[in-house]
Amino acid sequence: MISEHLPALQVVVPLLGAVVCAFFTRGDRAWFVALVVSLAMPFIAFGLLLKVLHGGPISYALGGWAPPFGIEYRVDILNAYVLVLVSVIGAVIMPYAKRSVEHEIEADKQAWFYTIYLLCLCGLLGIAITGDAFNAFVFMEVSSLATYALIAMGRDRRALLAAYQYLIMGTIGATFYVIGVGLLYSMTGTLNLADMANRIAGIENSRAVLAALAFLTVGISLKLALFPLHVWLPNAYAYAPSMATVFLSATATKVAVYLLLRYFFTVFGVTVIYADLPISEIFLLLSLAAMFGASIVAVFQQNVKRMLAYSSVAQIGYITLGIAIANKTGLTGGIVHLFNHALMKAALFMAIGAIFYRIGSVKIDDLAGIGKRMPMTAGAFVVAGLSLIGVPGTVGFISKWYLGLGAFQQGWWWLVMLIVLSSVISIIYVGRVVEVIWFRDVAPASRRAKDPPLSMLLPMLLLTAATIYFGFDTVLTAGIAELAAEWLLAGVR
Amino acid sequence: MELLHTIVSHYNHWIIIFLMVSGLYIVVARGNMVKKLVGLGLFQTSVYLLYLSPGKILGGTPPILSPDFTVYSNPLPHVLILTAIVVGVATLALGLALVVRINEAFGSIEEDEIFGGDEDE
Repeated sequence: MISEHLPALQVVVPLLGAVVCAFFTRGDRAWFVALVVSLAMPFIAFGLLLKVLHGGPISYALGGWAPPFGIEYRVDILNAYVLVLVSVIGAVIMPYAKRSVEHEIEADKQAWFYTIYLLCLCGLLGIAITGDAFNAFVFMEVSSLATYALIAMGRDRRALLAAYQYLIMGTIGATFYVIGVGLLYSMTGTLNLADMANRIAGIENSRAVLAALAFLTVGISLKLALFPLHVWLPNAYAYAPSMATVFLSATATKVAVYLLLRYFFTVFGVTVIYADLPISEIFLLLSLAAMFGASIVAVFQQNVKRMLAYSSVAQIGYITLGIAIANKTGLTGGIVHLFNHALMKAALFMAIGAIFYRIGSVKIDDLAGIGKRMPMTAGAFVVAGLSLIGVPGTVGFISKWYLGLGAFQQGWWWLVMLIVLSSVISIIYVGRVVEVIWFRDVAPASRRAKDPPLSMLLPMLLLTAATIYFGFDTVLTAGIAELAAEWLLAGVR
Repeated sequence: MELLHTIVSHYNHWIIIFLMVSGLYIVVARGNMVKKLVGLGLFQTSVYLLYLSPGKILGGTPPILSPDFTVYSNPLPHVLILTAIVVGVATLALGLALVVRINEAFGSIEEDEIFGGDEDE
């Protein structure tokens, strides 16, 4: 039956879709292929999630070679959740992509853009689904190389520099990851993550294994833009094409966080991470530095896309804070924020992309009074911005609630205060833009602007509505995140 | 003497560490974008050795089953590194392509010149 092969299809379909896209010369045809492929992905991901919820983890032997010798695709509650996140975002942005890409990418490169986009999607889904350490590296490079190319397609010539800078840092990160895997492989003789977890028991304090942990942590942290390894991110997001920024900000760093969780909790185990090593303290410090440092820098940005990029670094701080808090509630907060941040950041970048589509600028001064000309877009920006702050009734509040509660249970009341305080800074940078777009006189450049076409408006409004909806109904998001956190902390090995 | 023996007998590790650190140093210290990529290539190459050298067992034969041999070398690292080499080549190609485009757009591949003359936003 086809449902048995869902894990393979999740990766193979976008890969083949990319090949098909590459044959087209016309952008709109390639777009249609990418649309069909992207729309199919959530069905597969939800199918896998339902199967996991009812029947427990799925093990799929790729090519029929039995694990641990063959490559195993392993789907459990955590990565089914990540697959749903990536594929839903990938599907929602495709209708939006058409107009945006037509506007920003030259006609002869549009088909290539969709090809690369599908490769990136394939890589991200592959990292999430695979149960093999080296296979994860290959998918990481598939997605990373695609990402560099997507960023370099930005119109601004600085996009090239951003892509180059990211290529250097991303490759260093990936190479650190391979060094870590190599050390683990030479110690355990296996690349299957579940098998590795079993064989690591008893030698987890040997120097080679600890060195492997250090390399893996730094390598993956580069990919997830943990402060202070985030320097590639602001420029990359600021100068990439709008559609690429929406997709990457919502998915790429999230998948890296997933990989870190996978290594920390299922391979090395809770005792090594929390009891033997000061990882909780290190992540606490770096998360706080991100939450405050990046938020303060965001306040001073003139380019709104860049401001949102710095805000992403700060929000990643909240996600890693969940790892640092190290109890079920805190970890739930971190995992649920993966999804919640993806929703609101995608909505915000879509709104900015739509404004760029109409007025051709993302500088804050050019946005003056745009709310009076593009009310729906600016409204979506405000709602998603409120969610970024963490106003009750939005998804941002749910994440911060869990994080705060987790910190409180840990007896860290001061951390609760710091979470609130960092939210105050986000009020400043979101408020600054809201003030400009609604309460200033309309700038001459945007006098003729109006809301973007429906194909761009609907996905944006859908995600904005989702940031409200999941602020009230948390069964799908926080419910599954809680199951995943419980499962991680129980020490699955 | 014991210590010296340990150091010398792990000579493969010393080579790997030397390549790794010098590659990373070039990436950090050089402002020329092509030289940075050369450093990156060196850094990646050191990892190939990190995988390959433990796979070889002294006196081991290729893993073809035969009653005459009992010790086999591990072939898996070679397969893995073959993949990693392909990835490395792709990265280098993309990096060089970007450098060509940067040279066209900015007229330079020196980071000092590009960032020094760039208008600030």
